[in-house]
Amino acid sequence: MLELKNINKSFNGRPVLKNVTLTIEDGKTLAIVGPSGVGKTTLLRIISGLEQADSGTMIWNGKPTTAQAMRKQGIIGVVFQNFELFPNLSVMRNITLAPTLQGVDQQQADATAKKLLDQLALTDQEKAYPYSLSGGQKQRVAIARALALNPQILLYDEPTSALDPLLRENVAEMVNQFKASGMTQVVVTHDMDFAKSVADTTYHVGKGGDDQ
Amino acid sequence: MTYIFQILPALLSGVKLTLGIFAITLVGAIPLGLILSVGLIPKPKSILGKAGKSLLEGYVWVFRGTPLLLQLMFIFYGLPIIGIVFDRFSAALVAFILNYAAYFAEIFRGGFGAVDEGQFEASTVLNMTRWQALRYVVIPQVVKIVLPSIGNEVINLVKDSSLVYVIGLGDLLRAGNIASARDVTLLPLVLVGVIYLLLTLILTFLQKRIEAAFSYYR
Ligand SMILES: Nc1ncnc2c1ncn2[C@@H]1O[C@H](COP(=O)(O)OP(=O)(O)O)[C@@H](O)[C@H]1O
Ligand SMILES: [Mg+2]
Repeated sequence: MLELKNINKSFNGRPVLKNVTLTIEDGKTLAIVGPSGVGKTTLLRIISGLEQADSGTMIWNGKPTTAQAMRKQGIIGVVFQNFELFPNLSVMRNITLAPTLQGVDQQQADATAKKLLDQLALTDQEKAYPYSLSGGQKQRVAIARALALNPQILLYDEPTSALDPLLRENVAEMVNQFKASGMTQVVVTHDMDFAKSVADTTYHVGKGGDDQ
Repeated sequence: MTYIFQILPALLSGVKLTLGIFAITLVGAIPLGLILSVGLIPKPKSILGKAGKSLLEGYVWVFRGTPLLLQLMFIFYGLPIIGIVFDRFSAALVAFILNYAAYFAEIFRGGFGAVDEGQFEASTVLNMTRWQALRYVVIPQVVKIVLPSIGNEVINLVKDSSLVYVIGLGDLLRAGNIASARDVTLLPLVLVGVIYLLLTLILTFLQKRIEAAFSYYR
């Protein structure tokens, strides 16, 4: 369980996040919602350590922690809005690069990657390069890349925005499947219908609150 | 025909010097340009950092903004006036490496700028170090982006190497000019032209091959 307490963040003196307090429950899906520009991505970037909060605390399973410490422990996985796959690497290598750099041996990493690719219906794309993939395939590679490091929490930024609207339900289905297998997930989205279809809890940025 | 064989040894020894300048300049200027470009990228906050970056920008500005010929003359004929003396070959190398490193630094800087910051961020959240992100993700992309511009500079360098003529080095052009003046014939100069064409032809071919090797992704 990850708790955020009184997170504040301003850009150039303009407050974006004000006393954000929320809890990411194990095995649940939290939707972080709000209109565009309200600070959802900023919040996700603070949790993943890409942005530093001005004040506030994070508590992991009862103990105070930092985004950097969580990264070292491999707690957080991130799926970016535009996926940020590595264009110079094959799908397989996109997934195995980080694990092998962290000491997993290549065979083990390949086996894990193959399993993930099978689960995500990407078996045939193993040797492909990102440019040749559809939006939905890119997203699933990005998910596989994050999952290969066995994170405890998976964060998604606007998972429906870069896709064909028809794929929205597929994404919801996928998120719900991961939940069924025990994954803890945080979905940042401005799409309320999508949020409703996946969320156990919803946090409205800007309004400062939950509605369960 | 016999005349060609007569002057060919002289021309070929000129080619040797031309290629020497060419190769040593590349080996010096490409890594130097890459290192300098890393100093040109960030937005420094400290006074020292700002001063360092301004210095680098000044260096690039001066070496790209003045003729290479002037730089050569300055280093070989000018610097001895204040007590800094280089032999001809070293003077040529210093001028060429400093000049080409300035161009390469600009090219690499553009290359780094063209790689999305998100690539670093994706590497970071995958718990890769900054060096690992550079080594496996960013630099390979930069190389692909800069290849065409680097290739053009490399071809320019072969031709620019003839500028060492002005400080009295025996390069290909000088060898041709001497033979032409001595024997009162155009042929040596035509041959010099043919040799330069051959050299640039080979380089263009290599450039195409290397670019093709990087075309497996977009
Ligand atoms: N690095 C930054 N520097 C300055 N302003 C920023 C930066 N990142 C985000 N902002 C601003 O913070 C606000 C919230 O942005 P963001 O978190 O991206 O919103 P959302 O994801 O909800 O659309 C926006 O007004 C945006 O312009
Ligand atoms: Mg956003």
